[in-house]
Amino acid sequence: MNKKWLSFPYILWAAGFIIIPLAMVFYYGFTDRDGIFTMENILAILSPEHRKALFLALVLSFFSTLICILLAYPLSMILAKMGNARNSFLVLIFILPMWMNFLLRTLAWQTLLEKNGVINSILHFLHLPGIAIINTPAAIILGMVYNFLPFMVLPIYNALLKIDPNVINAARDLGANGLQTFIKVTLPLSMPGVISGITMVFVPALTTFVISTLLGGSKILLIGNVIEQEFTQSGNWNLGSGLSVVLMIFIVISIIFSTLSDKDGEGTAI
Amino acid sequence: MKKLIVTAVIACSTLFLFGCANSQDAKNGEVVVYNWGEYIDPDVLTQFEEETGIKVIYDEFETNEIMYPKIEAGASDYDVVCPSDYMIQKMIDNDLLEEINFDAIPNAVNNIGEQYYEQSKSFDPENKYSVPYCWGTVGILYNKTMVNSEIDSWADLWDPQYSDSILMQDSVRDSFMVALKLNGYSMNTTDPAQLEVAKKSLIEQKPIIQAYVIDQVRDKMIGNEAALGVIYSGEAIFTQRENPDLEYVIPKEGTNVWIDSWVIPKGSKNKENAEKFIDFMCREDIALKNFEYITYSTPNEAAQALIEDQEIKNSPIAFPVLSDYENLETFEYLGTDSDELYNQLWKEVKSE
Repeated sequence: MNKKWLSFPYILWAAGFIIIPLAMVFYYGFTDRDGIFTMENILAILSPEHRKALFLALVLSFFSTLICILLAYPLSMILAKMGNARNSFLVLIFILPMWMNFLLRTLAWQTLLEKNGVINSILHFLHLPGIAIINTPAAIILGMVYNFLPFMVLPIYNALLKIDPNVINAARDLGANGLQTFIKVTLPLSMPGVISGITMVFVPALTTFVISTLLGGSKILLIGNVIEQEFTQSGNWNLGSGLSVVLMIFIVISIIFSTLSDKDGEGTAI
Repeated sequence: MKKLIVTAVIACSTLFLFGCANSQDAKNGEVVVYNWGEYIDPDVLTQFEEETGIKVIYDEFETNEIMYPKIEAGASDYDVVCPSDYMIQKMIDNDLLEEINFDAIPNAVNNIGEQYYEQSKSFDPENKYSVPYCWGTVGILYNKTMVNSEIDSWADLWDPQYSDSILMQDSVRDSFMVALKLNGYSMNTTDPAQLEVAKKSLIEQKPIIQAYVIDQVRDKMIGNEAALGVIYSGEAIFTQRENPDLEYVIPKEGTNVWIDSWVIPKGSKNKENAEKFIDFMCREDIALKNFEYITYSTPNEAAQALIEDQEIKNSPIAFPVLSDYENLETFEYLGTDSDELYNQLWKEVKSE
């Protein structure tokens, strides 16, 4: 009871840097330039260019989440099956890029993918046809997958590690073959990891504006770019906040979805 | 009850901390400068501190639009800021600037060419608030080895043979300037019909654009990534040094002549130091140093006379004779409604 005061720094932190800013976003989102209540900034999402940007962001982050799952699941299974010494080294390799700055890594992809970039120079040297995906949606998906893949691998890996080998053995004992064991036992038991991985990849992918600016050549406008530009270029904080509130709704939906699928609270975020 | 006391203690100590910080800021012998990124020779700041004993606190911004709300909110105590033409007009309109005492800055009076004060009148009609620092034009930078026609018009940026090799500026006013000039309109138009035409041109151009970029035009053109790019003249000299195949041209339809000037925000706490700083920047040897470092054209005629490299001194890129060109304009502040219209149309272009 008397140790409660220990949480005060956190309460102060939460109030100052989470609650108050959030309240301000809501305040700006629901008022116009003169501070009068309006729904206009929220309804602005319905205008064709905002709708398009939101739709595009949803589609791109959906595909990058899907690709992340397809890449991360087999990898996590391999990692989980390996011996301890080797797998901790491999996990380290996976986390290693995250030690570098996110912006730097994305800029590196730009240099790699450019017309006269590293990849094309090598392909050219080998007399192979070059690739031209820079400044296309494909490059943005690539950037998202590259940047957010560790957020998918780690929760799935953790969930798989937690599965008691005896459960698998029991399934095999009772006559299930490899595929059946996987579908009926391993997969359901690892779902909490997959679900938290989905949230951790989908949410940042949905809101990103850096990846689409750097790898999309600013030609592809995602909802994150619209919001960023309202703040930095147009100076229309009200519209920017209104659109962020709308975006928050989508994030809340994805979080509700993950909480519902993870009733036991076994979600294993990093 | 306990909770309340702890909260109160924490609140008090935070206030106390902030109080301390504030009282230190008010100390004399400082000047707080807010300038564009990479827009000064860092040695100049050290030299200023050594010669005057005034401490320089230096801060940078990326765009006028990022700078403006900070000045408007008065959150930071800047003493000297370097905005562009139209933004200075907006700041004057909104009573955010202090009149400069020109008696205290003899170098600015003697060294800055009369024509630049004349040009400044489009945004500072009585030359009371601003001292020109850098100026230039906006034009097309092209790679001689990658084009096979004469580049002299904005229309070349719509030429499908250069598809995927064109770089446009990722900023509302600069992109609309190109499209408006292409269609023969003023770049300060607020006529929705003309803007609609410009928007259509930009949408039509979008499929053949490689990317919308800002500072990266420089690197991409040096690295032979694109054949044509819209660029500020100051960057053009730098890129030519790095890649001799590059050529800069002011299109025949006219373009933007811009000026970035020193201003003093209202409520500056070190106004006299601010004036000393501006005067120092206008000294010919300092202006020359800055010019050689950032390669943006200086309005300082005394400094221009000191440039040793004859090619740069008489360069039509660094110091174009403005009377040789037609339809040159300087950006004006268009008001909130027109700003919103521009931003709206730009979003429509970008989401296309």
